Amino acid sequence: MATTTDPTSTGAAGGAHLRNAGLFGGTLPRWVPPALLVVLAGAVAGVLLAAGAFNAPLLAVLTTVAYAVAITVASAIVENRRRATDRLVTAVVYTCFALAMVPLVSLLWTVLVNGLQRLDGYFLSVSMNGVTPSMDAGGVYHAIVGTISITGFAALISIPIGLMTAIYLVEYGRGRLKQAITFFVDVMTGIPSIVAGLFVVALWMLLFGPGNTNGAAGAISLSVLMIPVVVRSCEEMLRLVPNELREASYALGVPKWLTIVKVVLPTAIAGITTGVMLALARVIGETAPLILTAGSSAVAINWNLFDGQMMSLPVFIYSQVRMGGAINYERAWAAALTLILVVMLLFLLARLVSRFFAPKLGR
Amino acid sequence: MSKRIDVSGLHVYYGDFLAVEDVSMTIEPRSVTAFIGSSGCGKSTFLRTLNRMHEVTPGARVQGKVMLDDQDIYAPEVDPVAVRREIGMVFQRPNPFPTMSIYDNVIAGARLNNQRMPKARADELVERSLRGANLWDEVKDRLNRPGAGLSGGQQQRLCIARAIAVEPAVLLMDEPCSALDPISTLAIEDLISQLKENYTIVIVTHNMQQAARVSDVTAFFNLAGTGKPGKLIEMGETNKIFTKPDKKETENYITGRFG
Ligand SMILES: Nc1ncnc2c1ncn2[C@@H]1O[C@H](COP(=O)(O)OP(=O)(O)OP(=O)(O)O)[C@@H](O)[C@H]1O
Ligand SMILES: [Mg+2]
Repeated sequence: MATTTDPTSTGAAGGAHLRNAGLFGGTLPRWVPPALLVVLAGAVAGVLLAAGAFNAPLLAVLTTVAYAVAITVASAIVENRRRATDRLVTAVVYTCFALAMVPLVSLLWTVLVNGLQRLDGYFLSVSMNGVTPSMDAGGVYHAIVGTISITGFAALISIPIGLMTAIYLVEYGRGRLKQAITFFVDVMTGIPSIVAGLFVVALWMLLFGPGNTNGAAGAISLSVLMIPVVVRSCEEMLRLVPNELREASYALGVPKWLTIVKVVLPTAIAGITTGVMLALARVIGETAPLILTAGSSAVAINWNLFDGQMMSLPVFIYSQVRMGGAINYERAWAAALTLILVVMLLFLLARLVSRFFAPKLGR
Repeated sequence: MSKRIDVSGLHVYYGDFLAVEDVSMTIEPRSVTAFIGSSGCGKSTFLRTLNRMHEVTPGARVQGKVMLDDQDIYAPEVDPVAVRREIGMVFQRPNPFPTMSIYDNVIAGARLNNQRMPKARADELVERSLRGANLWDEVKDRLNRPGAGLSGGQQQRLCIARAIAVEPAVLLMDEPCSALDPISTLAIEDLISQLKENYTIVIVTHNMQQAARVSDVTAFFNLAGTGKPGKLIEMGETNKIFTKPDKKETENYITGRFG
């Protein structure tokens, strides 16, 4: 039987009778799966080269299939059926994971390769003021300024409103009003971004007359998109706080609002920060509403949300691609890379913030 | 400091479900009252009505009167928050605040209410409360570690320390020893005997010996039947309840015979 096929546990002297009792089946040594994978990859590559049909995707697919079959068969022979199933499923899960990573890695790689051609200190620190579209000059500074001030202002509006709505829904709301708010938040989550932009354009038209849109209008349209996301994620996080903590606080004679501020929010703060950051990341790449509101032709640096047009990174990418020249594409890729970097920076910041606020486990 | 509780004709509901029916009892100051009874008969529910924690559950309500000395705690002008400062509570499952250190957990009652306290007084209060809950020696070197990092029994004693740190007049304990080892249990029982000099104590327990050991008065609750509300069957001197109770039901429960 399978009692002698176990090369790894030959030293277990006292285990002999246990092995005979079937507690120790045979085991494939740890090095077998990776070695098998390498050997199969080599073999498949050899066959493909010989057939003159070598390409990387084909190699990956064939190797994966061959590996799944080989490891299952090997395991079925040396080990047992349960282990064989386990190995097969493990192979399938890893394959799915790799498949999911393909578009992500490929996207990051493309943006990195194309973006790095133009991304440098100069590109980041100058605007497009006085630069004609085909000139080998100009940069993205004005768009960074726009993105930061517009999304910053949008966050300033959305986070308090969203968080307080979530607190209302979880801690105070009951009956009809709560249902109505939940319903409208759900509806708002589904609003197409361009509709949010149109809404703000119409609003500004009513308030300030035609042609007066500015950065603030862009921020408002983004917050229309952002508020429901903030409400949803904060609501979820607040619900995760165990009721026992609230009761413990009430039982100490702490009023409800202090319980929320000092017990519920601190307990949920890490999740809330993450949720808010996800909402920010969702709106920072919005293009359509900003084209309608903050404008798509601004070239100069403008820090003032309430005066004049404002460029932003996604709109910059859009308008450069629209121009269609080689240098415009370079600018668009570099701006795309900048946008990704800004988002990553935001997430880093969120991590730091939530670590700063989160339960102090050490000290 | 210690106060009398006088309950008359109390019905307790969860929405339309009547959980406890028509309870009247007097809980004397400076005494320990034990609630015993089978699971689900409404001991916790009734206990929570005594400090208005019951109404925290959505849809929960009560009918009847609960007097704390001369004040009806369910009178419309009474603030439930003030009631809970007078009547503290220890829960069945330990629930320390996970965001706070052991030290902060103990003085949570003051901190959460934004009360300022000189450092020396806070230190003194923390030590006194932790000693009171028989936890001081185990945690005195790690007061700044998180409260959630303690063992279950230690967490429960931390919760007791937290409850006595606000110095309530009445202390309600819902099976405080169900997570504790015999030694900690004895320590808590000693603590209860000490606390009764100053406080009114009500304790829910499934442990007959514990009820017999610590309480002066015992109240026995039971269900009239499945789906029926819980009722106070009998209440009296612990000695009497455990030796010659008036009701057959009580005797059956205490001697372990049911039905
Ligand atoms: N939040 C709630 N909503 C609705 N019904 C509840 C709720 N909590 C308890 N009940 C019901 O009230 C009745 C009494 O429950 P309670 O928790 O008071 O029992 P208990 O005597 O404390 O039991 P145990 O000894 O097991 O702790 C039970 O029928 C229970 O199902
Ligand atoms: Mg209970």
